Amino acid sequence: MLTLHRFHGGLHLDAHKEDSSLAPLATAPVPPRLIFPLQQRGGQNAEAVVQVGDHVRKGQVIARGDGPMNPPIHSSSSGVVSAIEPRPLPHPSGIADLAIVIDTDGEDLALETEAPPHSRELGPDELRRIIFEAGIVGLGGAAFSTAVKTDPGHRAIDTLILNGAECEPYITCDDSLLRNFPREVLEGACILMRVLGVERCLLGIEDDMPEAIRALRETREAGDYSNIDVVTVPALYPSGGEKQLIRILTGREVPTRGIPADAGVICQNVGTAAAVFRAVVRGEPLIERIVTVTGKGVRNPGNWLTRIGTPIADLVRYSGGYSGTAERLILGGPMMGISLPSDALPLVKAANCVLVTGRGETTGPKQALPCIRCGACAEVCPVNLLPQQLYWYSRADNLERAQEYQLPDCIECGCCDYVCPSHIPLVQYFRAAKSELVARQRERSKADHARERFEARQARKEREKQERAEAAQRKKAALAKPDASEIQDAIARAKARKRMPESAPTTDAAPDQSPPAQEPAEN
Amino acid sequence: MRFNTAPAPHLAPTASTRRIMQWVLVAMLPGIAAQLWQFGPGVLINLALAIATALLAESAMLRLRAQPSRAGLSDWSAVLTAALLAVSLPPIAPWWIAVFGALFAIVIGKQLYGGLGYNPFNPAMVGYAVLLISFPKAMTAWLPPTDLGAASLGLLEAWNTIAHRAGPEGLGFDALAMATPLDTLKTQLGLGRTMDEIQSAALFGALAGKGWQWVNLGYLAGGLWLLRRGLIAWQIPAGFLAALGGLSLGFFLLEPQTYPTPLFHLFGGATMLGAFFIATDPVTASTTPKGRLIYGALIGSLIFVIRSWGGYPDGVAFAVLLLNLAAPTIDHYTRPRVYGHPG
Ligand code: SF4
Ligand code: SF4
Repeated sequence: MLTLHRFHGGLHLDAHKEDSSLAPLATAPVPPRLIFPLQQRGGQNAEAVVQVGDHVRKGQVIARGDGPMNPPIHSSSSGVVSAIEPRPLPHPSGIADLAIVIDTDGEDLALETEAPPHSRELGPDELRRIIFEAGIVGLGGAAFSTAVKTDPGHRAIDTLILNGAECEPYITCDDSLLRNFPREVLEGACILMRVLGVERCLLGIEDDMPEAIRALRETREAGDYSNIDVVTVPALYPSGGEKQLIRILTGREVPTRGIPADAGVICQNVGTAAAVFRAVVRGEPLIERIVTVTGKGVRNPGNWLTRIGTPIADLVRYSGGYSGTAERLILGGPMMGISLPSDALPLVKAANCVLVTGRGETTGPKQALPCIRCGACAEVCPVNLLPQQLYWYSRADNLERAQEYQLPDCIECGCCDYVCPSHIPLVQYFRAAKSELVARQRERSKADHARERFEARQARKEREKQERAEAAQRKKAALAKPDASEIQDAIARAKARKRMPESAPTTDAAPDQSPPAQEPAEN
Repeated sequence: MRFNTAPAPHLAPTASTRRIMQWVLVAMLPGIAAQLWQFGPGVLINLALAIATALLAESAMLRLRAQPSRAGLSDWSAVLTAALLAVSLPPIAPWWIAVFGALFAIVIGKQLYGGLGYNPFNPAMVGYAVLLISFPKAMTAWLPPTDLGAASLGLLEAWNTIAHRAGPEGLGFDALAMATPLDTLKTQLGLGRTMDEIQSAALFGALAGKGWQWVNLGYLAGGLWLLRRGLIAWQIPAGFLAALGGLSLGFFLLEPQTYPTPLFHLFGGATMLGAFFIATDPVTASTTPKGRLIYGALIGSLIFVIRSWGGYPDGVAFAVLLLNLAAPTIDHYTRPRVYGHPG
């Protein structure tokens, strides 16, 4: 039996999971219009490989990135590219960036693909190539390129961890996936283990998902999955955080500024594993995922198998539309999700939940009071930070101290913020201070770089000057010394002649050569 | 559809500063009830005087400092400060004691440092210490507890005593007053009496001083309730009581004729009030888990030292104030190990 480990702090939150988990998984219709932002993950843009007017099919690549961090984007249905233009991104600011807009034709014609080769014959590199080409990114929310993540380089990995601990309240898409597609998840795990060359897989799942646990256990017994352990972990936010789950299951900690591979593990979301299975075994790119639509602000909460690119407004419409009290639109969970200004935004690969809160379900504007140093924040911090000190230093703009108190280790889970009785928006302060730190670091390294370049140039100039000076001196010496020595020689000769006129020819040559060869040595 | 945006986390908060202050006040009730029962209604008059003064002072200071006074007053922190001060005062202290103490606590102890959250010293204890130093006589004159068979004062009599320094039925004020058990113990030991002789006096009850043991039990009950509700951290009272109990037990075992029992220390004076309500004032206490244990233990130890060898009968206020000074340093050296960092 695997012993579980504890991480510091954490919160027992009201789960609100029944809202969406009671309804069976439904397949969302193809919306009339699909939108694919080219900027999929912070700052990295893919480039469109289709043009306005092109007819595209389901599964066709419509955009490609510039490297392994940036897998291609596929159309999730068939239709005509109607625009490639700036559209608001799923971001609280509603900032706009280029997006491919496809008017669907309702045919849902798939691209013809060859049957994929038997996956057991493929090596890790080939599997990673398939994963990349299928456009797979982490489906847990971070959208990190899976091909990159499954390439630990020189690091020794011994364990694959599958993250099914859906710890944020309200979200049930992984629960729904595990209930409906347990075999795909376990098969995907086997493929990922082959990619990584590891023998052990731990699938962590919170103990408040009994149906999913049962489905997984049954599938595991029925098949050949003996090296996958299904481990139930106590429902405690944020046990689904990558670092926290690694600690719970293995007792190891990801070193600060390190990655999980430094602790010998690779962590993947269960949805990602299922996507890997589909890509490798069925040759299907990532064009759909399960999305939870929930909250008091929607009429019929539930889970939808949804095409990537579907506008939120359409998905909400399929869920019966907004109830009268809809107040806030959140992409993700209530603890870390981002609140969106408009439902005209599309669902990208990382979108796991559309939470529409109703009246009284979320915070109103909070009036922050002074910190009373109660320490409630430090008690719940899963990273064991001292949030009140961080707050103090962030607010005083004393970023050196904030860094000394390990501000960069904050995972922005929101636990401290939630429990603060003075209603101080701690996470906002931390986010601001962290980006300020990053900006300063960038400035500093830019300045360092510039200074290095400047110093290098100075050094070169200095060297050149010196070389020139030396050359000049050598030349001067070559010219001048003979003169000087000629006089001396003349004197010497004169003296010598007085004493011993016969030896004069032999003393003549020597002084001419030696002085110039010695002079540079003095410098 | 358009929505207003807001930063995460989005869940409605469960706790509020104001609630915490209110719950702490509620938790004081058993202790206050015991005081009322044992020492008469003087404690209520002190409470009323101190709270009224504190609220007036707080609102005047907030106005002077151009701060929103409604938000400042509604956090209930001034009320709590005044209450902690008031229950520490002798039940027949003249009216201006409570008024002056509360004024000093709020104006100097709290607002001049920047108000709630910015004060380095526990304001109630600042007020108390200033009173004790300035008016030692008035501050050490207590009433005999009901347990001793003393007739308790009526509300009117208490008011007359407090307002006009007039004892009931022509009884002089001085005839009314009496030293506390801790005070008595100190004086008697100073006179060379043995513990047996001193404790045979009627002043001493089963646990500690008569009357006082009930008051301590009352604050202990309230404190345990605060712990159960998670409103205070366990480390401070635990460190406090363990250190005071441990030290007094050690010395008692060594020399039982010179040192009272640990029970006398634990259930006498302001011990339980100090351990659960005063030392735990979050603003001025240590904030790290290990730091709180150390902080509590040092306060407990210091109380034992002051009670045994110092110049004052009880040491809670001075011990707390001294450790307030050390709290930032303690915090600095007791930072917990952060996830992912070597130990
Ligand atoms: S929870 Fe809020 S009030 Fe309490 S110490 Fe932390 S920041 Fe201060
Ligand atoms: S947001 Fe940061 S500081 Fe606050 S509890 Fe989470 S990790 Fe700790």
